[in-house]
Amino acid sequence: MKKVIITVVGKDTVGIIAKVCSYLADAEINILDISQTIVSGYFNMMMVVDFGKVTKSFDTISSELDELGNEIGVMIKCQREEIFDSMHRI
Amino acid sequence: MINFTEVAETNSMIEKENLDVRTITMGISLLDCIDTDLNKLCDNIYNKIYESAKDLVKTGDEISKEFGVPIVNKRISITPIAMIGSSACKSSDDFVQIAKTLDKVAKAVGVNFIGGYSALVSKGMTTSDRLLIESIPKALACTDVVCSSVNVGSTKTGINMDAVRLMGTIVKKTAEETKENDSLGCAKLVIFCNAPDDNPFMAGAFHGVTEADKIINVGVSGPGVVKTALEQVRGESFEVLCETIKKTAFKVTRVGQLVAKQASARLGVPFGIIDLSLAPTPAIGDSVADILHEIGVEHAGAPGTTAALALLNDQVKKGGVMASSYVGGLSGAFIPVSEDQGMINAVEAGALTIEKLEAMTCVCSVGLDMIAIPGDTKDTTIAGIIADEMAIGMINQKTTAVRLIPVIGKGVGETVEFGGLLGYAPIMPVNNFGCENFVNRGGRIPAPVHSFKN
Repeated sequence: MKKVIITVVGKDTVGIIAKVCSYLADAEINILDISQTIVSGYFNMMMVVDFGKVTKSFDTISSELDELGNEIGVMIKCQREEIFDSMHRI
Repeated sequence: MINFTEVAETNSMIEKENLDVRTITMGISLLDCIDTDLNKLCDNIYNKIYESAKDLVKTGDEISKEFGVPIVNKRISITPIAMIGSSACKSSDDFVQIAKTLDKVAKAVGVNFIGGYSALVSKGMTTSDRLLIESIPKALACTDVVCSSVNVGSTKTGINMDAVRLMGTIVKKTAEETKENDSLGCAKLVIFCNAPDDNPFMAGAFHGVTEADKIINVGVSGPGVVKTALEQVRGESFEVLCETIKKTAFKVTRVGQLVAKQASARLGVPFGIIDLSLAPTPAIGDSVADILHEIGVEHAGAPGTTAALALLNDQVKKGGVMASSYVGGLSGAFIPVSEDQGMINAVEAGALTIEKLEAMTCVCSVGLDMIAIPGDTKDTTIAGIIADEMAIGMINQKTTAVRLIPVIGKGVGETVEFGGLLGYAPIMPVNNFGCENFVNRGGRIPAPVHSFKN
């Protein structure tokens, strides 16, 4: 298991989750957890996903998600889970 | 499992508060490059550094991408060149040839700076040390990324006043050699007391002889993160203030620790230390002076500043040592003038003088850093300022340093622009009463006693 946190932030519109999830499915990325809220018209989503079966490089996925974000008009960021673990867990 | 708020907090630190890993510095020993033939020596140095560090920048960028945290600089520190060149270099120009080799290989591997064009002369100078020191003005003028440092004193040995006097002249000559670029050469030259062997920060980094063949040292930063955290506790007691700084320093350092471990594993080079320094940049909101302001002084330099800085420095260390098992380098708050917008504002407002900065250096790392002074300041006055700062380090058993920039052709009231991370600085007045009879005495100031602490 190679846990990665994906965050999506931007103006709310139809189909953000659908587009992000179908990209993830195509890339063989399994979603472990999703939480999502709308704060004053802004869409905020955090996903915990597993990169275990992924064949593409982290860099490629990160840039492709960037591009996808540009298409939908949101910011998509993916980061390995360890940075959050190190910072918030003793 | 990690929750939404924690992810948002980390990303807000990175995106809005300038949290970054300031530098991954690879220390490389050049002892095995030593040769009596200068060309052979330069070839050995080039090959060793190139082979060791060729993947450093790429690896740093990969880690940065995967964890989503900027790693601003990738740098190299090397064994002090005065030792490495001692049998091959017969003149100062021979040393300059080594400096050019360092510049070439640093550019070839793509690092921002290479530090270690250095001499350690805290007790005495060998011929080779003297040749290297005399070559510094030319070496810094004809290279772009080579950084130089000279250790002129320590708590154990006292202060080598011959070296202090010489450095007064060398700083001035370096300014002259680079006067077309606002004496930029001096921004790459540091004079130390108690210089650490494992400092990842420039311009004073070198790879000490007590170190392994190769090592990864990481410098974290995050003045903006500390400032933002303190905004939430305005008006609260010192206990709350200190607790907040400690917790923030812990989080920041853990990011550095993670990056250091990753870099070490991927490059196959052992992890050395994390340097816990709060290192400002000229970017708005990335300022140590702003933290002091948030703690409660109107401008850095106002009464209370030294106490505020002392507590800040101590809390950063307390939070940081909990976050990493190996802490080293300079570890404290940096107070450079030109690299910190809040410090520049304080100078322009008339709140901050060199004398107050000197007092502040008693309680934090590192010293009189990136201070522009008038170009007509005498060599002996510069030597006097260096001697004062070295004395603070020697007596207080801490690292102190001096990085002064006498800007040739400019005086008090003018400003000087260095660009990039080095920022810009208003030229500060220096006390011009003479100290020739003091610095020209020659010899050493003896090491202090370690008892009767008063």
